[in-house]
Amino acid sequence: MSVQAGEQARGSQRKGVSLRFSQEGIVFLLTMLMFVGFSILLPNFLTSGNVIALMRSVSVLGMLALGMSLVVIGRGVDLTMVSTLVVGVVWAVKMANDGMPFGQALFYGGLLVAGFGMVVGLIVAFAEIPPIFTTLAMAPVIFGIGNPFLFKQDTHNAPQGVTWLNELGFGASFGIPNTILVFAAVALVMHLILRYTRFGRSIYAMGDNPAAARLSGLPVRPITVAQYMMTALVAYLVGIVILGSNSGINSRLAYTTLVYDVLLVVVLGGIGLSGGRGGVRNVIVGTLFVGTLLSGMTILNLSLTAQNFIKSLVMLLALIADTVANPRDEQTSQQGDI
Amino acid sequence: MSAADTLVQLRYRFLPDHVVGEVLSKRWTDNAIPFIALLLTLAVFGSVNPGMFTAFGMYDLAGQIAEFGLLAIALTLVMISGGIDLSIGSVFALCAMTVLTALNVYNLPLPVAVGITLGVGAVCGAINGVLIGYLRLRAFLTTLVTLVMFRSIYEMVLPKFATQIVLGMPDSVVWDELGFGSFLGLPYAFFLSALIALIWHVVLSRSRPGWHIAAVGGARRSAHNAGINVRLVVCLTYVFCGMMVAAAATLFAARLTSVGTDTGLGMEISVLTAVILGGTTLGGGRGSVAKALIGSVIVLILTNGLLQLGVIGTVSALILGVVLLLAVWLDVRWVKNRQKLIDSSYVSPAYIKLTESVNAAENPVYAVNDKLRDVQTIGLGEVEGPEDVAVDRAGNIYSGSRHGEIHRWLAPDFTRHEIFAHIGGGTFGMNFDKDDNLVVCVGGMGLYMVTPEREVVKLTDETSRSLTSVIDDSRIRLADDLDIAPDGRVFFSEASIRYTVHDWPVDMIESRGNGRIICYDPRDKSTKTVLKNRIFPNGIVCLPDGESLLFNETWACRICRYWYDGKKKGQVEIVLDGLPGYPDNINRASDGNYWVCLVGMRGPALDMMMTRPGLRRRMTRRIAPANWIYPNINTGCIIKISATGEVLESLWDKGGVNHPMVTSCKEHEGHLVIGGVSNNRVGRWKIPGADPTWSSPVDYWGAKQ
Repeated sequence: MSVQAGEQARGSQRKGVSLRFSQEGIVFLLTMLMFVGFSILLPNFLTSGNVIALMRSVSVLGMLALGMSLVVIGRGVDLTMVSTLVVGVVWAVKMANDGMPFGQALFYGGLLVAGFGMVVGLIVAFAEIPPIFTTLAMAPVIFGIGNPFLFKQDTHNAPQGVTWLNELGFGASFGIPNTILVFAAVALVMHLILRYTRFGRSIYAMGDNPAAARLSGLPVRPITVAQYMMTALVAYLVGIVILGSNSGINSRLAYTTLVYDVLLVVVLGGIGLSGGRGGVRNVIVGTLFVGTLLSGMTILNLSLTAQNFIKSLVMLLALIADTVANPRDEQTSQQGDI
Repeated sequence: MSAADTLVQLRYRFLPDHVVGEVLSKRWTDNAIPFIALLLTLAVFGSVNPGMFTAFGMYDLAGQIAEFGLLAIALTLVMISGGIDLSIGSVFALCAMTVLTALNVYNLPLPVAVGITLGVGAVCGAINGVLIGYLRLRAFLTTLVTLVMFRSIYEMVLPKFATQIVLGMPDSVVWDELGFGSFLGLPYAFFLSALIALIWHVVLSRSRPGWHIAAVGGARRSAHNAGINVRLVVCLTYVFCGMMVAAAATLFAARLTSVGTDTGLGMEISVLTAVILGGTTLGGGRGSVAKALIGSVIVLILTNGLLQLGVIGTVSALILGVVLLLAVWLDVRWVKNRQKLIDSSYVSPAYIKLTESVNAAENPVYAVNDKLRDVQTIGLGEVEGPEDVAVDRAGNIYSGSRHGEIHRWLAPDFTRHEIFAHIGGGTFGMNFDKDDNLVVCVGGMGLYMVTPEREVVKLTDETSRSLTSVIDDSRIRLADDLDIAPDGRVFFSEASIRYTVHDWPVDMIESRGNGRIICYDPRDKSTKTVLKNRIFPNGIVCLPDGESLLFNETWACRICRYWYDGKKKGQVEIVLDGLPGYPDNINRASDGNYWVCLVGMRGPALDMMMTRPGLRRRMTRRIAPANWIYPNINTGCIIKISATGEVLESLWDKGGVNHPMVTSCKEHEGHLVIGGVSNNRVGRWKIPGADPTWSSPVDYWGAKQ
């Protein structure tokens, strides 16, 4: 047998195991089942309009999840994403509507968002406050800075006459909506960063064992700050996509449970919250699952409350599955890790 | 002494460094920062908001504290065990709706309604508890999800009862009183909550279940290994948390008699802020009811004050978020650095100017000789660290050891040896009482007695606590030497209350006067401190006059006389000052004089450092203990003094072969029996010209009938 054949055999074996028994594989199968089931049972499900709407809503969720996965892999979490994107985009839109060129406004918005990310990262890295608390407390802080000080209204329409924004939201290239293409591009870039750059590999090392990463000389603190800044910028990009596809943005988005949906996608896809595991593929699988679920429930005409209930049930199951698949080790788990 | 020296002396005497550490090591200092924050908040918002301190303001605030405090205690319970519960806001809403529905819609009697409500809270808590305690899910995310879940249940059920709740009227006087009555100007709910808080305080700080909770949060694995059912404890904290939330919701429902879509919304953030502001640690192990209450009051005053100042919701959320972050940050720093500060400020040097020592040129009696070279060696290699020795009426030699045993070498040739008794702590000074019991000072344990039948009896291990002590100093840590007065009273020295057997030389670097002389009275079994703040009081010998004793202060290089009875009762006089070495034990000689052992000799460098406490302080903080300058306790000698302090002769081991360092010696039938705390032998030296019939037990207690 040639060496190549042997490698192939090993490769397929590994792939087979991971697809059959991992959480990712289970969720992927469930997605397929759900998709087929909805297609058969719900008459409107497989219409092209619904599938496009599904894909669109899914790509927003998916991009946010990609940003979130970056910190989750590094054993962090970022609950400020939605507040950050709302404040950044709404501020940029308001400045543009007040007369500033849209590009310039977007640039300032981006700076602000990067600043938010940096502050969060600095607090996590240097004040050593657990990320989950930092971001939980920073979410209202960021929104509180935005709402009375940078803008006061809830709804803001997209600035008129920006064609690329319209294209981004409603256009299509090669028959595929641009939104989905952006999602694909972000996924590709994220994949390349995580797999092939020193920065990406460092994130895995940090997530796997922060103490070891630090002792072996990785610049753990700067990487942490960079992580949160990148996540904030991804959130900002998502905000621009939302702005494009809705022709406007409502700052009350910050009050929704969107960020929990994002977390749901990440955890369901099989990225362990204890860090160091998973990648872009897991996010895509998780996104497809949650997107299908949301779409099905919307067509079933369930109330928002009932949807929340079902979502939280599914998320609980996902958490249990995560715990079973990635059991926490009493010996090595950090004291006070909640 | 120069004025500068006086200043240094006063500084290190009245502002001792260790007090910082001692104060910090008290549990209540944990609450100091939150308490100061509370006072600040009160001052700021009390001045900008004059309505707060009126009768109505207090009534209103007390009602809110009653509910909010219960919620904070609920979360504290969970957080001490190392978890967190974010679902309390939703559970709160569910429970408030439940009690109102039960009363207003179904007209159930009050106890039944409250029981159902507590049950709902317990079930919600049990869901969290099973998931987190038994299935080992992550607390934060799990309760975040159940928050959404309970909330959606609430929102689905509420429309069915909302109008009936408003229209219905419960037929209960108690319920109305609970909501609107008052006692001493404060609502009944306040007193009810205070009672519940008190119960939880006792449970958490003084009961086994409470300690189990803290143990699980402090070190989960150790708790498991100690036999605590970790999973059950974690699960139960969530159940009790749910019930406490239900209690708070009941009070809330009684006060407002209605619920809305925003009931309990965002409550978890403010309760969490309160708990963390109070100083409860994220991740468990540390927290208390007092902390929860302090935090609650701060947050309530803050949010109420901001509301009344007309600050809009998002900004007050911003302020709360910043306060939460600051509180966690301070807490993380505090926990991280407190122990460091305690450790680094432990050694606390004082100023001491030793009297100039006498050298051999001035007093030829100190001339180095080689008299101890020819001692008979007993038990070479069989005993480790015989700090003191004793000889009984039959001439058998007893010695202590580092291993906590009392050895006995049998007369007449001392080649046979047995373990007379095992006590368990390093055995120091020992003497026989009039019934031939061997009374022993045991380091770390106290004063013990071994009867001739080898029975070990504890005499005492604690004395009265001194009034000015910050940390409890009643326990005896380093009992060193003893002697027995003719009336049977045992006077013994505790060399240092701050250092133990293992690090006693560090006490020299302090030279603060950490020691004391304690009297144990066997007649009424009482123990009391008779002399305090002595500089390493060590050897003690009772004078035959029956009213005074001599004691050595090792680091002060002097011998003092203390009158415990008679005309001069309570007085202390210095008998001999400026010894060339550090005196250890002192015992009677056959000619009416006293044998004093010098454990080590002084050196000019260390003498000078004793007048520079700042230098010693820097030394202890900046360099490793192995590199500190320590007293020389390798070479010493034995001197004989008279009761008036005249030095008569000295015995040395110039070659350092047998007894370079001696801590104790006892005369018996013309011989001197010698012990040393770092020796591996006992020595026996024939005293030229000594009374060959004199023995210590006979001298003390007379010949046996």
